[in-house]
Parts: sequence; C-alpha cells; structure tokens
Amino acid sequence: MNKVKGLKSKDLLGLKDLEIEEINLILETARSMKEVIARPIPKVPTLLGKHIVTLFYEPSTRTRTSFNTAAKVLSANVTNVAISSSSVAKGENLIDTVKNLEVMGLDCIVIRHSMGGAPHLAAKNVRASVINAGDGFNEHPTQGLLDIFTMIDKKGPVKGKKVLIVGDIAHSRVARSNIWGLKKLGAEITVVGPPTLIPKGIEAMGVKISYKLDEELKDADFINMLRIQKERMEKSFFPSIEEYSQLYGLNAERLSRAKKDIVVMHPGPINRGVEISSEVADGPFNVILEQVTNGVAVRTAILFLLLSGGRPGKRPAK
Amino acid sequence: MKSILIKGGRVIDPAANVDEVRDILIEDGKIRALGARGKGQEEAEIIDAKGLWVLPGLIDMHTHLRDPGRPDKETIRSGARAAALGGFTTICCLANTDPPIDNPAVVEYIVAKAKNEAVVNVLPIAAITKGLKGEALAEMGRCFAEGAVAFSDDGKPVMRADIMRRALEYARQFGVPVISHCEDAYLSAGGAMNESEISTEIGLPGIPSLAEEVMVARDILLAREFGRVHIAHVSSAASVRLIRQAKKDKIGISAETCPHYFSLTESAVREYDTNAKVNPPLKSSADVEEVIRGLKDGTLDAIATDHAPHNVEEKNIEFNLASSGLVGLETALALVITKLVETKVLTAKQAVEKLTSAPAKILNLAGKGTLKAGSAADVVIVDPKTEWTVDAAKFASKSRNTPFGGWKLKGKVINTIVGGRIVVRDGKLVD
Repeated sequence: MNKVKGLKSKDLLGLKDLEIEEINLILETARSMKEVIARPIPKVPTLLGKHIVTLFYEPSTRTRTSFNTAAKVLSANVTNVAISSSSVAKGENLIDTVKNLEVMGLDCIVIRHSMGGAPHLAAKNVRASVINAGDGFNEHPTQGLLDIFTMIDKKGPVKGKKVLIVGDIAHSRVARSNIWGLKKLGAEITVVGPPTLIPKGIEAMGVKISYKLDEELKDADFINMLRIQKERMEKSFFPSIEEYSQLYGLNAERLSRAKKDIVVMHPGPINRGVEISSEVADGPFNVILEQVTNGVAVRTAILFLLLSGGRPGKRPAK
Repeated sequence: MKSILIKGGRVIDPAANVDEVRDILIEDGKIRALGARGKGQEEAEIIDAKGLWVLPGLIDMHTHLRDPGRPDKETIRSGARAAALGGFTTICCLANTDPPIDNPAVVEYIVAKAKNEAVVNVLPIAAITKGLKGEALAEMGRCFAEGAVAFSDDGKPVMRADIMRRALEYARQFGVPVISHCEDAYLSAGGAMNESEISTEIGLPGIPSLAEEVMVARDILLAREFGRVHIAHVSSAASVRLIRQAKKDKIGISAETCPHYFSLTESAVREYDTNAKVNPPLKSSADVEEVIRGLKDGTLDAIATDHAPHNVEEKNIEFNLASSGLVGLETALALVITKLVETKVLTAKQAVEKLTSAPAKILNLAGKGTLKAGSAADVVIVDPKTEWTVDAAKFASKSRNTPFGGWKLKGKVINTIVGGRIVVRDGKLVD
C-alpha cells in the first residue's frame, strides 16, 4: 500500500476529469483494499482522526452504506446527513450547507444531488475534499470505477472489449461515468435504448448507438443494464413498462444468443422483470453482487488516496 | 437649459443616412439643425468630440427592470443609471414585474416613477394577457392610453394560438407591436441549457432549439393572417431562416437579437457558469454564425439587451435552480462594436441603426433614434477605440450577473445626453 503518487485534484467529481494514470492508480489501490477488506479484521488506522460526511439530497442505500463501510475500514469517522430534495429550493443553499460542514472540521464531503454540477459548486467553495456520489444525469464516478474494476477483475484489461450500456442513457449518470472511464481505457462502447432515451450528440463521446439489443448482444463482452424509472413512462419516453421490457429487457432467452463468457452487470437497484429478469439477475453470468463488494474496495481506495498523508486541502481553483 | 455644441465628432445617424464629421447643436432639449451653427453658440457648452462617435441615444427595446416587485435586483432608478452608462437614452421595460404590467395602474406607476427618478426615458411594455398567464387579454387599450409602447408577455410564451391570434388582431387598432417570447413551454419544460452534445456531456437537462423555432414559425403564420409581430431575443439559426423567408414573403414581422447571442456559444455554460444561463439558452457556433448573418442581411432588425438582473442568491446555486438572464445594459454597445463592427460584420452605421432607428421604427417612437433637426436631444458620444475591461463590481445596475466579467472590449461611452441634459460626463454618471 505504498503511496507512490496521488490524485491531482482535492476532489473526485467525475471520470471525465481523471487522467488514465489516475484511473489506474485508483484501480490498483482498490485491489490492495480488496485484500484488506477480506482480512479477518478489516480495519486499518490510515484515516484515524479524519472525518467524512455524506450529504445526500437523494435517497440511496447502497452508495451511502458503501461509503460508510469504506470509511470505517480506514478508521475514519462518518456523519450522515440527508436533505430531502424537495427542500433544495426552499432551504439553506448548497454553498452555505457545505461551508457549515467544513467549519465543523470535516475533511471530506461525499455528496449526492439530483442536479448536475452540484458537487462542482460545492467543491469550488470549500477546501475539504468533495466526492461526487452521483449528480443528476452527469456522473457517478465511484460507480463507474467499480464497474471498470469489476470488468478488469473478470476479463483483464478492457482495451478492445465491447461493452453494451442498455436503457435510459439520457438520464443516466452511471452511463456517462462508464463512458468517460471506459473510453479512456480503450474499450468499445455501444449504447442501446429507445431513441427517446439516447441523448443528443452522445456520439461525440465516442460511443456507437443502437436500437437493436439482440444484434449487439452477439459479440458483447459486457452488458451493463441500467435501471429504468417508471417516471420516464409517465413523461412519454416510452409507452409501457411491458413494451420496454420486451424491446430492451434482458431475459434468459435473449441472453442465450450472447457470447458464452458475457458478463452481466447492473448498478442497482434492479427492477426485476423490467430491465432484467430474475433468471438473469441471479443467473450464472451476473456479477451484480460482486459489483457491490468491489464498490467498497473502490471507495476505500478513493478515500485513502484523497485523504491520507495529511495532504493539505488545496484552495478552491476559482 | 444651456445649449450644447458637440464639435468635430463623427456623426452617425442612420435614419438621416449621415456618417460624417459634423457639429451638433442642442437647444431647448432638441437637436437644432444637423450641421447648423446656432446663434446661441457663444453661451453654449462645447464638447470636443474629435475622434469620437456622436450617435442618436441608444434605444433598448428589451429591458427588465424589477420595479415593482424586486427592488433588490433593480429599480427604475438603478436600471436607468445603468442604461445611461451604457449609452441608452430610452429603455422599454417588460411586463414581468410583480405585480405585472398588465393593467393601466401599473403602467401609470412606472411612467410616474420614471419621471421622478430615471435619468433616461423609460417606456413601459404592457402584458398581452392578464397576469402573463396566456389565458385572457389584458386591457391593452387602457394600458396604451397610459403610455405602453408595445405588448408582451416576455419571460413567458403565449402558448395558445387562439389567444395570440386575438392579441395580434386587437393590437392593430393601437398601431403598436406585439412582442413575442417564442418558447414552446412543453418542449422546454425542465430544461436548463441548449440540448446538444454539451448538455449530454455535462449532464444537464436540455432545451431543444425547436422550442424557439416552432413558436417563431407559428407566430409568422399568425402574423401573416392577423397582424404585426416582433420576435424577441432570436437565438437559433432556424429561427433566423424562418424570419428571413417571412420577410421575403412580405409578412409583417420584425426581430431582435441580443449581444449574448452573437458573442457567446453554449460552451459558456460548460463549467456550470450560471451567469451564462439565459432564456432562450445560448446555442451552438452554427447558430451564432446564422444570427450574425441575420444581422448582416437585415433579417434581424434590432439589437436589444434583454437586460435581466438577478441577485447572487439566485445565481450562485445549482445550475438547474438558478434564474435565467444576464445584465446587458452596460456591455451591449461595447459588444456590438467589438464583435460586429471591429470584425467588419457591420459598418458602424448599420450597427448604430440596430440600436437606434430600428427599434424606434418598430415601436413607432416619433422623434427618437435620430439626430434630425427637431428630434429630442438624446445623444451619446462614444470612444470606439479605447479598450476597457468589464468589471461587474463597477456596474450601476444593482445586479452583477454578467458572463462578460473580465472581457476586454472596445467602445466606451463618454457622454450621454437625455433631452438636452448631460447625464453621463467623461464616462461617469453626473449625479
């Protein structure tokens, strides 16, 4: 666990901003952390005395618990703050909230927000490290990193591998973080979904677009199924859950046409019987629960890299 | 009132087709005779305008003052001071105040208040519909009688074509235009920036440029049948092309764009800069190029600021939550000179026309926007060459929401004269 070098920024806001070396550093560190977590007593004193707060404007079980676990592996203290998104417009504004948290002596703010750019706004206004735990449709960098970690864990380097990302690309921060990270590492990405849920100009991010899941499945190495929200149906992005499921849902019959070593992924929470059938979600190709396990390792690595070594928080850039 | 003799400046008066070095004499609040040497010259204050431009006072046909309702953002007084510093001698304030300018009492309030506290002419634009709700016509006739110079629900579209039809028909009797804020509210719902590669890249909800274009198309068709329409803040290439064709088809339509639509692209919001959040949203470079073409070929008649003051509490927050709009009065002329005249897109005369005689013509403002003898002595003297740096902290506006902070621009207002009274001297407000 020698710290060779660090991350360039005090914050982790997105995979868009990371250099390949930084991504590799996080992934390498996560491998060490996975070993630490597997020990009988999964605890090291590295971040003793550091204080982390999770500031969530959107509900989350997995991500928040994962960060809590990661912090505890490193012996950091954690405080959890939840703010209902309905009070965002009325309540204390974001900058005041994060400044208050900072002067309480917090070293790191893990923020989830329903609006893109919110963690960036926070990061500009505090010296503490800000980690983006999902901002609107923009990014979910720790999810992207744990997905990539899992892919490499299963099949080695992702360079040249074909990755399908299927579903609501338009409203997905998971898709964007996957695309930024995987493109940097040389993977080939195809986004698949109804045209209403493929955002304008996504080709500029270096991905292919397809509306035909069956055709794309034939030679895919990985398929990452995104959660579909009922709200999208209510807004006429597609006519019914049943039709969506028929066109873009992953079931055993469809999966039987894929390569024999395809890896099925899902960031969770899964809608059984909607974007993924139970048979597939629990079947031999899925790594969904491994993703969750790897998530703790990746988040432990990120906290370690951002907070260890007593590195002084840099002044915000602007 | 003391006479003023402006000597040796380059007088640019598009309405009189003048662009030459001349003297201007102001007596009794009026332009005496262009080029004439007045007999009262001995007592006149003499302004040496050598090397400077002498222009009709600029007219902004699209200003948001926040009075009544939000005097913390802008008042009639502060907005007028900002206007004077920017070279505007007449500003037309939109109806989306609180309460809105949708009844004669509010029109009267603005006219009276402007008379007391504004250093420039302030002309109210009244609402098309009651409460800007788009459902029932406001009392246009009574508002007109109190001094409204146009009708607009700006800030909000009139979504119902039947209501817009009635508004166009009804407004004809007053001979003033209906100004349309073109936005299909269903297409734009929930959006925060232009829908494009960049909105996809930075994960913000997009507004398709179609939201503007379908309404421009609708209003052109309505104008063909029912009466004159002026299209506010044109930002998209397809809108420009639609308007160009409509003019070829002799439809009664006019249009304005704003400095930010020829000076900035959507990449200004890439770092979530809320000062560049504006409605309609900033568009692609192809749109900017077409807007510039539209200015050059006359498709876009006028340049207006869409001055929209917001305080820091409504800007220094999440991008989605931030209010739309930017302050423009104090940077508009310099952006026109820097981005359009210096680059030779427009001649100085063409540029001045879009800020003076064009809006005067659209709004039927007799005796404004020109330096012809007998006109109101609204004059601005501009140094077109000196470069200055935009510093929002120095704005006379109460608000600071500009995306142009730190920009180096050419074109500095030296004097602003309103009705024969010097309100800006050596680039500073007199009082």
